[in-house]
Amino acid sequence: MFTRPTAALAALFFVSAAPPAPAAEKPTDPQIAHIAYTAGSIDIEAAKLAIKKSKNKEVVDFAKDMERDHEAVNNQALDLVKKLKVTPEDNDTSKALAKAAKEERAKLAKLKGADFDKAYIENEVAYHKQVDAALETLLIPSASNAELKSLLETGLKIFQGHEQHAEHVAGMLK
Amino acid sequence: MRPPLLGSALALALGASPGFAATIEVTIDKLVFSPASVQAKVGDTIEWTNRDVYAHTATVKGGWDVMIPAKSKGRVTLKTAGAVDYFCRFHPNMKGRIEVTP
Repeated sequence: MFTRPTAALAALFFVSAAPPAPAAEKPTDPQIAHIAYTAGSIDIEAAKLAIKKSKNKEVVDFAKDMERDHEAVNNQALDLVKKLKVTPEDNDTSKALAKAAKEERAKLAKLKGADFDKAYIENEVAYHKQVDAALETLLIPSASNAELKSLLETGLKIFQGHEQHAEHVAGMLK
Repeated sequence: MRPPLLGSALALALGASPGFAATIEVTIDKLVFSPASVQAKVGDTIEWTNRDVYAHTATVKGGWDVMIPAKSKGRVTLKTAGAVDYFCRFHPNMKGRIEVTP
């Protein structure tokens, strides 16, 4: 039910994993920057919804952590692209992510109370897992600029941390 | 080579004299506690310097919990002997350890 944004990332992942991967499938740095920024923005939007809707302190605290961290990552990304004079380039992966995330937010918006909390946190676990996989197997190996690669590597550690944090919160909701 | 030698000799001398509490520095950079493992004595203070733009914590399950804001510091004074593993509540993949001797 909340698999759409993750499915888009999974598609990206599988395309790249299918041998032999044509060179054209490899995203460029401007596209990678756009995908990473979009992935962060999606989590910020989901967090804002959770802060507004949830009455559960653990869930709201978690959402605030997500909002704060992803805004910090995205600000660093913006600073970096400015410094490198790279213009993030919209692409099919970013578009698919944004479209799917909008649909998911609409679904989440209809849920209430414990149902919302559970759905939000479960989606956070799945979403972070998928972003981790995309970062690890495609975005980081494809990045050619060393500073972009380094930022993505830090981003991966943040996402992995969030995944564990989300799993912890999910455990408390049971 | 001289300053580090002098520094460690001084630390040793201070550590050896009862009543002198040391401050042990741990840096956080790109979600890594460094050094990951430190040795301290009861009464010593651990001071974390966070170079990241992300807030972190140093948290011991069932024990102390130190907030370390972005680009800031956090500290704790060690009150009991024993080895403790700590982690960051916001990023539980960040782990550190303190071995506290009496």
